[in-house]
Amino acid sequence: MIKNNKWASLYLIIVFILLYSPIAYLIVYSFNEAGTMNQFSGFTLEHYSSLAEDTRLMIIALDTIRVALLSALLATTIGTLGAIGIYYAKRSKTQNMLLGFNNILLVSPDVIIGASFLLLFTVVGFRLGFYSVLLSHIAFSIPIVVLMVLPKLEEMNENMITAAKDLGANNWQVLKEIILPSITPGILAGYFMAFTYSIDDFAVTFFVTGNGFATLSVEIYSRARQGVSLEINALSTILFLVAFSLVAGYYFIQRQQRTKRLTHMDPTNHEKAVTP
Amino acid sequence: MKKLTTLALLILALTVAALAGSRYIERAQGTSGSDVFHLYNWGDYIDSDLIEQFEEETGYRVVYETFDSNEAMYTKIQQGGTGYDMAIPSEYMIERMIEEDLVVELDHSRIEGLENIDPDFLDLNFDPLNRYSIPYFWGTLGIAYNEDMLEGFEPESWEDLYRPELENSILMIDGAREVIGIGLQTLGYSLNSRNEAELQEATEQLRGLSPNIKALVADEIKMYMIQEEASIAVTYSGEAADMMWENESIVYILPEEGSNLWFDNMVIPHTVQNEEAAYAFVNFMLDPEVAAQNADYIGYSTPNEKAMAFLPEETIEDEQFYPSEEMMDNLEVYEDLGLEYTGIYNDLFLEFKMMK
Amino acid sequence: MVKQRKLLSIPYYLWILLFVVFPVLLLLFQSFRGLDGGFTLTNIQTYFTSRVYLTMTMQSFLYAFLITVLTLAISYPAAYFLTRTDNKQLWLLVLIMPTWMNILLKTYAFIGILSQTGVANQMLEFMGIGAQPLLFTRISFLIVATYIEIPFMLLPVFNAIDEIDDSMVYASRDLGANEWKTFLTVIFPMSLSGVRSGIQAVFIPSLSLFMLTRLIAGNRVITLGTAIEQHFLVTQNWGMGSTMGIVLIIIMFGVMFLTRKRKKGVPVK
Repeated sequence: MIKNNKWASLYLIIVFILLYSPIAYLIVYSFNEAGTMNQFSGFTLEHYSSLAEDTRLMIIALDTIRVALLSALLATTIGTLGAIGIYYAKRSKTQNMLLGFNNILLVSPDVIIGASFLLLFTVVGFRLGFYSVLLSHIAFSIPIVVLMVLPKLEEMNENMITAAKDLGANNWQVLKEIILPSITPGILAGYFMAFTYSIDDFAVTFFVTGNGFATLSVEIYSRARQGVSLEINALSTILFLVAFSLVAGYYFIQRQQRTKRLTHMDPTNHEKAVTP
Repeated sequence: MKKLTTLALLILALTVAALAGSRYIERAQGTSGSDVFHLYNWGDYIDSDLIEQFEEETGYRVVYETFDSNEAMYTKIQQGGTGYDMAIPSEYMIERMIEEDLVVELDHSRIEGLENIDPDFLDLNFDPLNRYSIPYFWGTLGIAYNEDMLEGFEPESWEDLYRPELENSILMIDGAREVIGIGLQTLGYSLNSRNEAELQEATEQLRGLSPNIKALVADEIKMYMIQEEASIAVTYSGEAADMMWENESIVYILPEEGSNLWFDNMVIPHTVQNEEAAYAFVNFMLDPEVAAQNADYIGYSTPNEKAMAFLPEETIEDEQFYPSEEMMDNLEVYEDLGLEYTGIYNDLFLEFKMMK
Repeated sequence: MVKQRKLLSIPYYLWILLFVVFPVLLLLFQSFRGLDGGFTLTNIQTYFTSRVYLTMTMQSFLYAFLITVLTLAISYPAAYFLTRTDNKQLWLLVLIMPTWMNILLKTYAFIGILSQTGVANQMLEFMGIGAQPLLFTRISFLIVATYIEIPFMLLPVFNAIDEIDDSMVYASRDLGANEWKTFLTVIFPMSLSGVRSGIQAVFIPSLSLFMLTRLIAGNRVITLGTAIEQHFLVTQNWGMGSTMGIVLIIIMFGVMFLTRKRKKGVPVK
């Protein structure tokens, strides 16, 4: 696959194997007849059927998705409007200050975010549960949305707006007809990132949840301590397949649309998440 | 814009679908209902059949949430953002919660079956006259070990844990009071020592134990002992009972120097939302047959005297789980140390964790 | 016009106020509170005079440093080779895929792999070394943490190398430099911005990994994150927890400063 270098290909293949072996391991043992992750004794689907009967886990999975969908949606809305606000902030000093605030949450370790949000909810007297988790997820997803949308605003052609105004468009029309369409790829990428952040989060949720509400990460954390249960393996397999098909689908749609350069919308543009 | 609106609506629709999905599952399970009962309890600390039975008998829907340390439970209840109807903490924590008004005083006229409880477990120091709490289980802290893996060596005391051949083989319960307590008891001091010199000495003493500790964990101990990941563990009696059930080579002993005797009692937190259900649950658990079934399932010792009749004889006669009077005298109950000393214990425990 | 835009951005400003400024202030405020709730400097004093806390911070630093070095050592060559594959975007995606898998599930996999009778030990036995205690060791902690952090280093480094103009590489070759020399004089210096972002993305989270220290290291490794979590959720000493939180934030700004982009200003507008 690499032009003229066997060692390079070998190295990449090794890294690939290393990165995937734990996942493969989980998947293989999800079909193990013996209930352990040590000896493979025979093929079975029973762990999948017991997963289907585990209503608690099912409810938690649905709740996790619900939080992710909703928090990403709200974070995208607030973040997009915020990005427009930053873009139009007149002085570059204000801009830099706003961006600085924006980036604090991005680089803060989860533990700090979790602890300080727990403090916040305690001081305000907010009940821990679905809403505290939802609010926290919205809060830590907003900055990534801003970072995904801003570059699109910068690429936008200002002349279009001037032209539209000359033709008598009001602000609402400008926003609706010109600004939003030209930053749509950024908004979508932002939503995608926010969704991923929410699904992946463990630490923050661990701090701010309560009253019986749990997400998958928190539930797996407590189950992983009770013992190896191949139900979790079965769950991993399903989650991996879902993630895999989403990413694969995304990639191929992208590829079809791709002209020459469209790297900005690539969801793997993770670097932005960490570049101040 | 249109595209974005459509997408947003689609996402909202999916959200609603997810919500409907989980509600549907709850209903299909027959657990939906407006009368919810929030139980905050240790992990795997009630027979799930009993929860079902309780739901059937009373019509309440039980939401079971777990904690893995008294402190974690205290944090969530004290923080105030929770609405538990019942919690099952241990005695020293109950003492603290009573002091801080975090639990509701019980109306004894609404409780039936308290006479089933062995008087030895009533009216104890941490809650005189049981004004705030009703006994659930009791037990001890001790040493569980795997006979086959230790090859002839049988630990009998805390002191034995310091042996050099046990290097990197002990799974230790992750609790400040438990660990510092081992140091204190090895030296012959009280588990509730409020003497800084004694505490320092105990911590120094524990320096010798540190190399033998493989990990400081909690719930995991059970699984790792069953899987023979480690040969020896410091754990609670009921956990040990579970291990012995799954792995016949495991033995549980109470150390010679003495150990900790604890009581887990049911309390109604100040955040209670469904008091009616809380009393129904107390009365349900006081029933001798229910208590016996629970004890049989969990493996801890029941304070319910009348339940003994429903338990297998070998369980009741097992001295490691229902110790004789004489052994009981050797056991010590934790007292609430107060804020300052809780802090000191925690800092010393952190120091212990950092030793290796 | 401007007024209306400002109106639309109000939720965003509210967010900054409520979830950025306010929590940090709360943390700061809390760090000056003693166990009894009164104002005190004891937390800060204790932290900076206690051997235990300082050792813990140093150890936490050391682990984060090792994890960063290991991830960099593995990811850099991978990123470099990736840029030279035919279908690099696809391969990159394939190597990044594991990040989409829940981190707890991956950790859970390692519990199985590293256990006494797990695959890792089966392999060791097969190689004639014999089973070793792997779970609950520092090495395992480093391995698993490195595993989890690799993609976060891989991406920025890849992007940086990928952005290097090919003509620079050709020019270097035309001038007679061999591949190695081209790498040293052209590619490596130009990829440093990616390495800096990678270090930020790996080092700071590595200071605060708290569930790995428990599940994989059996609490025998204590990081700043573990200690903060314990102080908040177990021992109820929020004052001390907040003090360590503030220390972590200061370290974070230190790291950001040291690895800041050398280009001037933030690329806005």
